[in-house]
Amino acid sequence: MYSPTYAAPTTVDEAVGLLANASGSARVLSGGTDLIIQMRSGRLRPQTIVDIKNIAGTIGIREEADGWHVGAATPGAEIGENAGLCAAWPGVTEAVQLIGSTQVQGRASFAGNLCNASPAGDSVPGLVAAGAKAVIAGKNGKRTIPVEQVPVSPGRTSLAADEFIYEFIIPKSSGKTADAYLRFIPRTEMDIAVVGCGVCVTLDNNGVCTAAKVSLGAVAPTVLVVDAAAKALIGNKLDDATLAKLDAAAQAACNPISDKRGTIEFRTKVAGVLARRTAAIAFSRAAAR
Amino acid sequence: MNDISLKDALKVVGTRPVRPDGVDKVVGRAQFGGDATMPGMIFGATVRSPHAHARIKKINTAKAEALKGVKAVITAADMPEIVSEEAFVGEGPMNFRDLSNNLMARDKVLYDGHVVAAVAASSMSIAKAAAELVEVEYEVLPHVIDEIEAMADGAPVLHDDVFTAGVDPKPTKPSNVAKRVEFAKGDLAAGFAAADKIIERTYKTAPVHQAYIEPHACIAAYNADGQCTVICSSQGQFMVRAYCAKLLGIDISDIRVVPAEIGGGFGGKTLVYLEPLALALSRKAGRPVRMVMDRVDVFRGTGPTSGGTVKVKLGAKKDGTITAADAEIILQAGAYPGSPMGPAAMCCWAMYDIPNARAVGVDVVSNRPKVAAYRAPGAPISTFGTESAVDEMARELGLDPIEMRLKNAAKNGTKALYGPTFQNIGYVETLEAAKAHPNLQAKLGPNQGRGVATGFWFNIGGESSASLAVNEDGTLVLVSGSPDIGGSRASMAMMAAEILGIEVEHIRPIVGDTASVGFTFLTGGSRVTFATGMAVCEATNEVVKQLRGRAAKIWEIDVEAVEWRDGSAYPAGDNAGKFEPLSLADIAAKAARTGGPITAKGAVNAQGAGPGFGTHVVDVEVDPETGHVKVLRYTAVQDVGRAIHPSYVEGQIQGGTVQGIGWALNEEYIYTKDGRLDNASFLDYRVPVASDLPAIDAVLVEVPNPRHPFGAKGVGEVPIVPPMAAVANAICAATGVRMTSLPMSPPKLKAAIDAAGK
Repeated sequence: MYSPTYAAPTTVDEAVGLLANASGSARVLSGGTDLIIQMRSGRLRPQTIVDIKNIAGTIGIREEADGWHVGAATPGAEIGENAGLCAAWPGVTEAVQLIGSTQVQGRASFAGNLCNASPAGDSVPGLVAAGAKAVIAGKNGKRTIPVEQVPVSPGRTSLAADEFIYEFIIPKSSGKTADAYLRFIPRTEMDIAVVGCGVCVTLDNNGVCTAAKVSLGAVAPTVLVVDAAAKALIGNKLDDATLAKLDAAAQAACNPISDKRGTIEFRTKVAGVLARRTAAIAFSRAAAR
Repeated sequence: MNDISLKDALKVVGTRPVRPDGVDKVVGRAQFGGDATMPGMIFGATVRSPHAHARIKKINTAKAEALKGVKAVITAADMPEIVSEEAFVGEGPMNFRDLSNNLMARDKVLYDGHVVAAVAASSMSIAKAAAELVEVEYEVLPHVIDEIEAMADGAPVLHDDVFTAGVDPKPTKPSNVAKRVEFAKGDLAAGFAAADKIIERTYKTAPVHQAYIEPHACIAAYNADGQCTVICSSQGQFMVRAYCAKLLGIDISDIRVVPAEIGGGFGGKTLVYLEPLALALSRKAGRPVRMVMDRVDVFRGTGPTSGGTVKVKLGAKKDGTITAADAEIILQAGAYPGSPMGPAAMCCWAMYDIPNARAVGVDVVSNRPKVAAYRAPGAPISTFGTESAVDEMARELGLDPIEMRLKNAAKNGTKALYGPTFQNIGYVETLEAAKAHPNLQAKLGPNQGRGVATGFWFNIGGESSASLAVNEDGTLVLVSGSPDIGGSRASMAMMAAEILGIEVEHIRPIVGDTASVGFTFLTGGSRVTFATGMAVCEATNEVVKQLRGRAAKIWEIDVEAVEWRDGSAYPAGDNAGKFEPLSLADIAAKAARTGGPITAKGAVNAQGAGPGFGTHVVDVEVDPETGHVKVLRYTAVQDVGRAIHPSYVEGQIQGGTVQGIGWALNEEYIYTKDGRLDNASFLDYRVPVASDLPAIDAVLVEVPNPRHPFGAKGVGEVPIVPPMAAVANAICAATGVRMTSLPMSPPKLKAAIDAAGK
């Protein structure tokens, strides 16, 4: 019979030790809104579960000189209540709050959403577009990598067996920089993105884009950084020609599958639509700063 | 009080008191099917087929039985082999042998999720582990999912003893087409010849699940003396008793079924899945067994209603007069014969007075779960086709969709295609009320459109029992045999309170178990307020008669000289003598001295249920870039006879409409190439969520049914009939694109919009 062991360490070293020495498969537990569902369905049967929520720094939000430090297991509800972070990064914070329901929001976290490594994770394109980094703890200490380097394929991450995400660092936004995230779902909530799009732009005083990052979710095995889409924006105002180029670049980057949630054709077209709509929100937010 | 025209004289009926079962449900204390416990209880789990179609070569239960904590393992070998026999226990056609094989596969599995074995153990986790240790050797067979493919030559044949019934000559080869029925009147060829315009279309609908929130759940005890108790969530405790008795070879008197609260049924709990298995496990283990499905089991193994293909041909004159109408409805039955193709055919033209009409139903088996009743079984499927075609005809002829329907509307005296002549129907009244509703005047913006569709459902009567007992303090206990799935306890108490002239809070309505109330047919067919309501009224009238008798005895006058009003006995006029009125409490206090307890029973086989009609108007906005449909406004008008508790009638209309919107927009069954269900969860089986919907305006039209003491008609099923066509018609108005296949999900609608170049 399946009977996993559960540990709730209080230090990073203890957690790394548990992960490094686990016999059989181990999983890190943050909010558990994916892990517990997958265990109940029988899809995952980790032998060891390491709950990181008792480790100082894994829950909570601090504004520091190098950016916003958000603990890996900080629940969506708490992120949504942080007025400073929400004002600085409306796209990032709105995205995480789209996950699940009000009840799920009490637990669902950035780290869980990212390490579940679904290409459809709602919080990921927003973090990617904003240039967020993941601070990863392991037996060799801590290392920091861009968020987009964490997932490598559906269900798999680049983290070693002894590693876990300790926190995220989201840069401070300055000047006319703003982000947005939109997803397409058949309903209005409680759903999984058929396509997701995060856009972050910086404008000059004339409304011309000087920097941009565009990320697409659910249109490839991992969340994409679409450089061609960013190029379509940089140096331009948000006019019809720019939007058309952006749409085309987003569509060109797609490499989706047809499955129960959408066809290749549908996902590709909607990626272009969402890129345009998300960019419009990001531009308008940036212009207002 | 039986003069139904005197609505203004009613003091309780038509008001909106708090429901008697409300507090328990709000605070989470109501006992649902999975909440009951029994001393020594153990836990059951099922083993289900991963194959859509396979022969069972061998089942080895040794490893499961050897696991510590396992108390029993059963397979079909532990169940009696049942001979083929039509059952009239649930809603819709069922065969006892098929039901037995559906519960526990014998020889062959016919769909992904078909149960092949069950285990019981001292904990749920042991039971689940044991279920994984049951070894089943399969010979996988070719499978077929789609009903049209199942009809084709060379399709895998599911049953070698199913020969198409209802065709001449009788077939000599077995077929997946189980049955064909036909209803016809007039001369179709002449009717189409007389038409100025003919529309011919084929529509397709997806199977949809009832999606009740509470999964199937029960606890069952098979005692050493052969006495059995089952506590479960169902739409009919007597239905569960009858099926368990038949499928396990037990006398009916040896089974007591106690109804739990029910967390939604919608027709899907009018048959059994777990109860006979739990009893069989209990018999083997010698312990009470609880079984609770999870959502995956519910999707793979229970319900849904049919998906199907509806071919419609409609002919009309330029002025909108329908001259001929033809429909062929091919429905998926699932793994065993018995789709609702009969009612689908009977309902699809029932809104209209058409001289030349035909409706054909075809019942087709395929490797899907056996269909179960779902709210107006069959009618929503066929009506999606016919009401889409009527809308297209109105559009082509440049007529208003409501006027087109008024022109052809069924009225009192219209002989329906399926036989009866309508009396006391209110279809025209619903059309007129829709026409007058502000929804029709609301301004529409870009990409927005308005759709109209109507629908019909028979409603039924049937056997019901109720009993009423006066307590020592003058309050009462009302017991009926009808599980309460739509607020019926409230309406039963209200009818009794109206007759007694007392406040409804003084009556405690209870749903009785099979040992404490007379036989009652299940809650289905929108029958309870009508039929069980009649039993309640009969019992209440008898109590009033007894109360008058007791007053007469106290006053020592003739019972005829006592009248009952406003909850008290009064002398009838001056000649009767001068006495102070006696209240119910006064008489109850003296009951022992005037003849003992005051109780009465009502038992009816109710006839004359009033058919129901509805007219729906919906405004939608389509996002042409994504195919997303937003429902902006929804007005559902329905003839309800007389609303006993208007809030619950409105709730039924809103609930049916919401399920219809889900059916229209997103709900479907998705299968893999291997014939496995790929979306067995609420994540990917998308019922509407609250934020998807506007407030649905339920408009009650009251054309009383004189056969019921207060004029009630069934209300629960009609509202799910029109929404799919109404939404499709609105989408067509918004985009110019006519969707003929459900669901009208974003990928499908987007592809259709792009293909049309709009």
